[in-house]
Amino acid sequence: MSRIARNEGAELFFYFGGERVKAYEGDSIAAALLAAGHTIFRRTPVSGTTRGPLCMMGVCFDCLVQIDGIGNQQACMHEVRDGMVVELQDGAFDVVTQVPAEGML
Amino acid sequence: MKSRYDIIVIGAGPAGMTAASLAAEHGASVALLDEQSGLGGQIYRSVTCQGASDPSILGAEYYQGKTLADRLVKSTADHVKGASVWQISEDREVGVTVDGAACLVSADHVIIATGAQERPFPVQGWTLPGVMNAGAAQILLKSSGVVLPDPVFVGTGPLLYLIAHQFLRAGVRIAAVLDTTPRENLRNALWALPQAYRNANQLWKGWGWLRDLRKSGTPFVRGVADIKIASKDSAAQIEYKHEGVWKSLSAQTVLLHQGVVPNINLGMATGCAHDWNDTQLCWHAQLDAWGQSSIDGVSIAGDGASIMGAQGAEAAGALAALGALHRIGKIDQHTRDDTGHPLHARLRSQAPFRRFLDMLYRPALQFRVPREDTTIVCRCEEVTAAHVRDAVHLGCQGPNQLKSFTRAGMGPCQGRMCGLTVSAMIADQLGRPVQDIGAARLRAPVKPLELGQLAALSEPD
Repeated sequence: MSRIARNEGAELFFYFGGERVKAYEGDSIAAALLAAGHTIFRRTPVSGTTRGPLCMMGVCFDCLVQIDGIGNQQACMHEVRDGMVVELQDGAFDVVTQVPAEGML
Repeated sequence: MKSRYDIIVIGAGPAGMTAASLAAEHGASVALLDEQSGLGGQIYRSVTCQGASDPSILGAEYYQGKTLADRLVKSTADHVKGASVWQISEDREVGVTVDGAACLVSADHVIIATGAQERPFPVQGWTLPGVMNAGAAQILLKSSGVVLPDPVFVGTGPLLYLIAHQFLRAGVRIAAVLDTTPRENLRNALWALPQAYRNANQLWKGWGWLRDLRKSGTPFVRGVADIKIASKDSAAQIEYKHEGVWKSLSAQTVLLHQGVVPNINLGMATGCAHDWNDTQLCWHAQLDAWGQSSIDGVSIAGDGASIMGAQGAEAAGALAALGALHRIGKIDQHTRDDTGHPLHARLRSQAPFRRFLDMLYRPALQFRVPREDTTIVCRCEEVTAAHVRDAVHLGCQGPNQLKSFTRAGMGPCQGRMCGLTVSAMIADQLGRPVQDIGAARLRAPVKPLELGQLAALSEPD
């Protein structure tokens, strides 16, 4: 993939599956991942097949990823932040792992 | 954001920006709620922070959105960014999540301006990574200056040709354009052409895109009757049926498009009545002359009500604001009618051209009612065309029953990607009009809402 222009935001880095990915402030996570050549964002809960973004505008819910430990987040609707840890959404999200260690619940 | 406003507008595209600006200019307290961080909606996405080095790539029409955004910024309307609206209650309390916190904001009048989405294009392989909507590619171009590599454009409609043309101007080599416009459409559209000729400049512009695409040497195949996409060696293998013969090509990216349809989830979940429109092949909100829906104090403006394009949406947004201002007593009837008169005239003058486009780019039945049994209809729950047909064969009469049979429409997208297909398939199989089959009942929350957010629900400060 290539950028023919970049938005005016500052350069930053985040992580996807442990890989360091370059992005620009103002990019959605989905845009930054696609720009870095990633097309697989999740595996479906039903059959485990791979999916990536379809609509880039928040209606298809096919770009779901885990962001900083929170599952089922739309990668096209969240702006990337420096140091963010993004993981592929593998099937249904296990709610138990989402309970914060400090125990707000 | 305050806890109450005279008017809340949802969606910051051309209709929403215009409605919010005009309402605020007439002294109403206005909130404009939008999911994005910038004004513009999808058509003018990122117009206020456009970093594209060469303005000729996106074209002059795109930059017109800047005027609407500037007007909104100058007005007293509160633009609430990153605001995801999940509910409008009977007494016009708007449930919205901003920065992870959910709250209820009340208004005397609510204007829904949630715009359009691309029509589902259910073909074999449309769920594969690397297969995207053409509009998604345009959003990447507008918001991040990212171009998808080695694309093949598949489908029909002016937006498909515009985006292909933008890619061309951006210097991208296009693998091919596979045009699925049915050949008989041109004949059907011809009667509407003389009237549409009033918008001759639009016609010439579209013709120019097609001419440039052909001149560039981009393979352009007309009359494509069927499509199958498979994944092969990390590329997409596209098989297409042309003049009765299956052919194939490979590409890195497949961009699908067969027009846009209203984004109806919020309006329908609010209880606004809708009717099937057989020209645009989608649900239209029932509206009065001032954009008010079947629910008092709730209006719908722009492409979220019926597809009219950006210019029409501007006029519809202004009319909805005038109706709302009059209803809540901010302007008298005389002012409403005088200001509204030229706007109504503008909408009427654009109607013939829209009708021509609707006829010319009417998507073929086989791309709305998938023939192949294994084609996925509901992407979330992975329900195939065969599953839907089997359920109807067993006696399923409509989309709501189909949920119990198959789970189609029950996934996270809440039927946005399968609703039209499901209604069209059931209607086709039972030989009944889509209006009688209806749409699946939509319910709040229409956007993701975490239980923790709901539990911590508050009124804004």
